[in-house]
Amino acid sequence: MIRALLLTTLLAGPALADEIWVTNEMDDTVSVIDAESLDVIATYPTGERPRGVTFSRDFSRLYICASDSDAVQVMDPATGKILHELPSGEDPEQFVVAPDDRLLYIANEDDAITTVVDTQSRKVVAQIDVGVEPEGMGISPDGRLQVTTSETTNMAHWIDTETHKIVANSLVDPRPRHAEFSPDGRQLWVSSEIGGTVTVFDTETKAEIGKIGFALPNIRAEKLQPVGMVFSPDATRVFVALGPANHLAVVDAQSFEVERYILVGRRVWHMAISPDQTRLFTTNGVSGDVTVIDLATLEPLKTIKVGRFPWGAAARPTP
Amino acid sequence: MRKITIFSAVLAACAGVAQAEALRIDWLERLVTPPPVLSNMQATPDDLGHAGVVLGLGDIATTGRFTGQDYELSSTRIAPEDDFLPAARALLADGARVLIVKAPAEDLLALADLPEASGALIFNTAAPEDALRGTDCRANLLHTLPSHAMRADALAQFIVLKRWGKLVLIAGTHPEDQGFAAALRNSLAKFGLTLGAEKTWAYDANMRRAAAAEVPLFTQDLPEHDLLLVADELGDFARYIAYNTWLPRPLAGSEGAQPVGWAGVVEQNGAAQLQNRFRELAGREMAPEDYAAWAAIAALGEAATRAGATDSEALRAYLLSDRARIGGFLGRPLSFRDWNGQMRQPIPIVTERAVVALAPFEGFLHPGSELDTLGSDRPETDCTAFGDPK
Repeated sequence: MIRALLLTTLLAGPALADEIWVTNEMDDTVSVIDAESLDVIATYPTGERPRGVTFSRDFSRLYICASDSDAVQVMDPATGKILHELPSGEDPEQFVVAPDDRLLYIANEDDAITTVVDTQSRKVVAQIDVGVEPEGMGISPDGRLQVTTSETTNMAHWIDTETHKIVANSLVDPRPRHAEFSPDGRQLWVSSEIGGTVTVFDTETKAEIGKIGFALPNIRAEKLQPVGMVFSPDATRVFVALGPANHLAVVDAQSFEVERYILVGRRVWHMAISPDQTRLFTTNGVSGDVTVIDLATLEPLKTIKVGRFPWGAAARPTP
Repeated sequence: MRKITIFSAVLAACAGVAQAEALRIDWLERLVTPPPVLSNMQATPDDLGHAGVVLGLGDIATTGRFTGQDYELSSTRIAPEDDFLPAARALLADGARVLIVKAPAEDLLALADLPEASGALIFNTAAPEDALRGTDCRANLLHTLPSHAMRADALAQFIVLKRWGKLVLIAGTHPEDQGFAAALRNSLAKFGLTLGAEKTWAYDANMRRAAAAEVPLFTQDLPEHDLLLVADELGDFARYIAYNTWLPRPLAGSEGAQPVGWAGVVEQNGAAQLQNRFRELAGREMAPEDYAAWAAIAALGEAATRAGATDSEALRAYLLSDRARIGGFLGRPLSFRDWNGQMRQPIPIVTERAVVALAPFEGFLHPGSELDTLGSDRPETDCTAFGDPK
């Protein structure tokens, strides 16, 4: 009977669609947005001050950095239930899942440590001393290099994932917030919030190959604070969230030129691209909403109200 | 002369990185006997300022591990009964070139004027006087504590924003109170505001017992006002004014809504992390003097890393250049004014429990940096020690 009902619901109810999951830092919740209808279809409670959020590579688990609970929580995205917590170290802020879907690299902001956790055994595999206030976390597509950026030390620390040792340190402009490898793994992009720049490195040589600045009429240079970054699905562009400037910059991934700016909500943090690759979703912290941008026209489509202070975003294809 | 050397620490860098010469930083503190105040319930911490130096040094030493830069901190405290200058001279003779100083303005100036200090880089972390950034400015003296004028301008902008047109002022008699009161008058004039009345607090009654009886009378003859400004920089009497006034009106200035360089309630822009680290270290809230000392160290670390040099001239040149962008957890990069050595910073306006607002405010425009709407700007500066204003 129950099974029959469920089946009916599945068939007759609203079609399951791709989803965007957003952490609401000040509400201790995640909002689930239907990427088609652009409605918030669920809101689930989390630990305190959820920030970084990511799916396991098979999308069966959602990892949430509950910074003030000093925990990385593991949620079942089908039910919204917290299954368990991972040993995360203090004040986890961001993390990245290794391509093998097993190891999680977590930035422990208060401890100047990158913690490596095995998501299956739920054990800490390694802890690596990095600079003060680690935050940005990137991993190369081949899984060999993990990069942690430290906000107060102003560096990108390149960590060999075999040895869990730092192999290089690259100085960037003040307060690096995010690290993103290009999909081909050849470049590393690091955003510097207070420096107001994005630095591009060659992964092979670790040499700086470009630095991108931003300029908008009527907005003070000091308000142009790059934070989150995401590559377009075809890897020709990089979207850079400019924080309190309330804009995204669209950067040509080849020439490193800024093509255009897109007005979004207030204090834009991070982004996620819909699994069908047609839409970009931004978290706007101060306005408490999500801007949806059409990737074909680069025009905003809609603003979706979520919880207080949305911060992280992650996409999940139709289950 | 009794010189108290608290400790001297060499922070070692990890092996494997090219070793540059260690940058020696001196903390020089002039202990003073504070004037008596009505309530001693909130004691001034002994490590006020110094805790900020220790925290900042930990931060930049961590960075130094990766860049191969060592830092060496030497701390000197001079007792109230001892002479300041001989001790300062001894430090300079010993090789001190970069000094973080907590001392009253006259000691600070005497230090900066020593011939052997001419090439040194001195940070003022405790003296708020506007004259130190104006007629009494010195080329070797930078200021990481906001001036009276910066704080008063921040409050004046806030008052304009709130459209509180009717204002009155009560000022204490200490030089610090008078300095802040003068800055408030200037700022109100600068932003087109006027004072309806002004009174001086010279009571010597014990307000812990008598406030409820005396303050209503004292404030009864003030004209109608939206906001009562108080200049009580030592925290003596203003705490007894709140809720005892003849008219029920909010307070601002040294009590109520206070414009400050920093406070324990600042939490935006990643400040929560700095506050956590500070609390863990010092077991108390981070005060403006701690922040000023921390910011001096952060600026030095940034300058040493970016300029790739550790001599005081190179550090100074970098900090005064437009390349300096120092992360200070206030939402905008910190930098230094090249016309008087004052650090540019946003000014939080705080109550005991929250940040009310963060100056400068939208609409207060400036051709260069909005932060220069706070304090003495280039065209109006009386400082000439930094060369011809551009």
